Amino acid sequence: MMLTAISSLLVGAIHSGTSLLYATLGEVIEERAGMINLGLEGVMLMGAVCGFVTTVKTGNPALGLLGAALAGALFNLFFGFLVINRRANQLACGLAMMFFGVGLSAVIGAPFIGSKIKGLNEIDIPLFAEIPLLGPVFFRQDLLTYAVIPLSLIVWWLLFHTRFGLNLRSVGENPTAAFAAGKNPYFLQYQALCLAGVLGGIAGAHLSIALAKTWQEWMTAGRGFIAVALVIFSKWHPLWAIAGALIFGGAIALQIQLQALGVPISSFLLDMLPYLLSLGILAIWGGKRRAAAPGSLGRVFQGTE
Amino acid sequence: MNKKSEAIKKQFVAVLFSCLFILGLTSNPALGQQPKLKVGIIHIGSITDGGYNQAHAEGVAIMKKNLPEVEVIEVENVPESADAERVMENMIKQGAKLIIAASFGYLDPALRVAKKYPEVKFVHPAGYKRAPNLTTYWASTPEAFYLMGIAAGKTSKTSKMGFVCALPVSYFLANINALHLGARSVNPKMETRVVFTGTFLDPGKEATAANALLDQGADVLGMIVDSPITVVQIAEKRGAYSIGYHYLGVQKFAPKGWISGIAFTWGGLYTRFAKQVMEGTWKSENILGNLASDLIAIAPFGPAVPAEAIKLVEETKKAFIEGKKNVFEGPIKDNRGQERVKAGGHWSLNDLGKMDWLVEGIIGQPR
Repeated sequence: MMLTAISSLLVGAIHSGTSLLYATLGEVIEERAGMINLGLEGVMLMGAVCGFVTTVKTGNPALGLLGAALAGALFNLFFGFLVINRRANQLACGLAMMFFGVGLSAVIGAPFIGSKIKGLNEIDIPLFAEIPLLGPVFFRQDLLTYAVIPLSLIVWWLLFHTRFGLNLRSVGENPTAAFAAGKNPYFLQYQALCLAGVLGGIAGAHLSIALAKTWQEWMTAGRGFIAVALVIFSKWHPLWAIAGALIFGGAIALQIQLQALGVPISSFLLDMLPYLLSLGILAIWGGKRRAAAPGSLGRVFQGTE
Repeated sequence: MNKKSEAIKKQFVAVLFSCLFILGLTSNPALGQQPKLKVGIIHIGSITDGGYNQAHAEGVAIMKKNLPEVEVIEVENVPESADAERVMENMIKQGAKLIIAASFGYLDPALRVAKKYPEVKFVHPAGYKRAPNLTTYWASTPEAFYLMGIAAGKTSKTSKMGFVCALPVSYFLANINALHLGARSVNPKMETRVVFTGTFLDPGKEATAANALLDQGADVLGMIVDSPITVVQIAEKRGAYSIGYHYLGVQKFAPKGWISGIAFTWGGLYTRFAKQVMEGTWKSENILGNLASDLIAIAPFGPAVPAEAIKLVEETKKAFIEGKKNVFEGPIKDNRGQERVKAGGHWSLNDLGKMDWLVEGIIGQPR
């Protein structure tokens, strides 16, 4: 009984955490390149709707994922045009893009509400999936979930162990210096936005074609904003993002699991659990967060003319 | 430079005026064929939500089909605030004589506008206040949920049900209680677990809740959230049964595990409202539809439901309609052991708004 509850809790944590982690990784890349994108919610929604629609049209969830990634990237490139080429304020543009994404995804998705898809299903790893407690947690998940931890490692390697990552971070810290060193800040920022858009799109698609297998208006329900907060929580580091996403996903799963177990705590109180937990961890594990933030976060490189 | 900006200014003014002119043309009723009646309806969400709003929109579509001489002004995503008042007034200025304020939170805005325009008729779903020109209407669902409970109790193999609910609101608690009582009437061992997600729309959370309930051994899932699709799909995938709500098209997601579902059907009522307004016979009422009315529909039963259960459902439905049976017949204890309905008494369906407890055997927190 208790064993199933724990296993159920862990599965729930991973289910909720996966899409959060994809989105957080994307935002880490963007912010490392000096851009804060509050439109992440919109990117996720565009990914969710385009992934779902493509899957309905083609019957192939792999193509759906591709559609989601492309939609996310395109959406972010538009954001890039506004904040890089037009030098608009990033916070204002981000919020505007968020609402734009909510509206646009609703328009695209409206004819497909109630469509049935096969979606990405769990893949059991033979033998291992039968292990009690841990089997369903680690060896009975969908493809995107299996891929997300290796992907976090790849993002970490890309940011901290490649020349591309170094250049990207230098733009985030001081674009003028990067420019003086012969780098093109605009081009690097566009690349970062593109990668982040792909990840944000996949984050949305995980909800619409793997977890819930349905499309509904604004189905991300604020996860884009949580991911932005998780970036700060994880000190702009892809590996800490894993912990952040799992803790937050775990808190959502715990809140539901406690109710299913019949623990006598009001559901209103349990609803606050993920947020209380985040506040608690931030308070205890404060530290020099400001020092971790990219130096030129939110500032636009004005050129050197 | 100056000349250029002057020209742009002139152009802008010209465009502005032509826009206004076109607007004037389209909103001037004298130019088009005058419809017999204009009906305005405001929705809280999107009319393709596969749920609450779609049910109202379909009702209006049926009215339009029955009465082609009626013109409909439909506005979606109207917030439950002063915006609602503005939209309704705008509809009245366009000539609407009947306003359907199709969300619970529109009650006060509708009452304020109704006071200002006594010649316009208003109708509001589930409202608890009325005005001389404002009718309230709703269909009572606990009886239907009780019937679903009978079918679920007869179909379940584990004697455990799970329920995913948005918020612990009294009307929802009443429905969960009714479902549980119906199930217990045929299987006294039946146990129901409830998870409140805290929001009407979060398919990701609904999926986690459905999985958690199934992990606890439930093999029947019910739900009160905006769209039933997520919960029904997960139940089907994991070989469990499900009971739908709001939107009956959801059946196609569960060819094996579908038990049945409840939906609102407003078409007949909206047609009657429009007819009454045109004929001048409309009056302010408080309409509460029951199983015998055309306001609520029960979906066809799925293949897993045994024939004896369907027979029993039919008999009980008859008893409800004839007034021989009540959903909340005493004695009923709540899940904290307190007696809520005395033996021989019953909880009136008019007092549903006061229900803040869950029946014995339901695992969940009503507050």
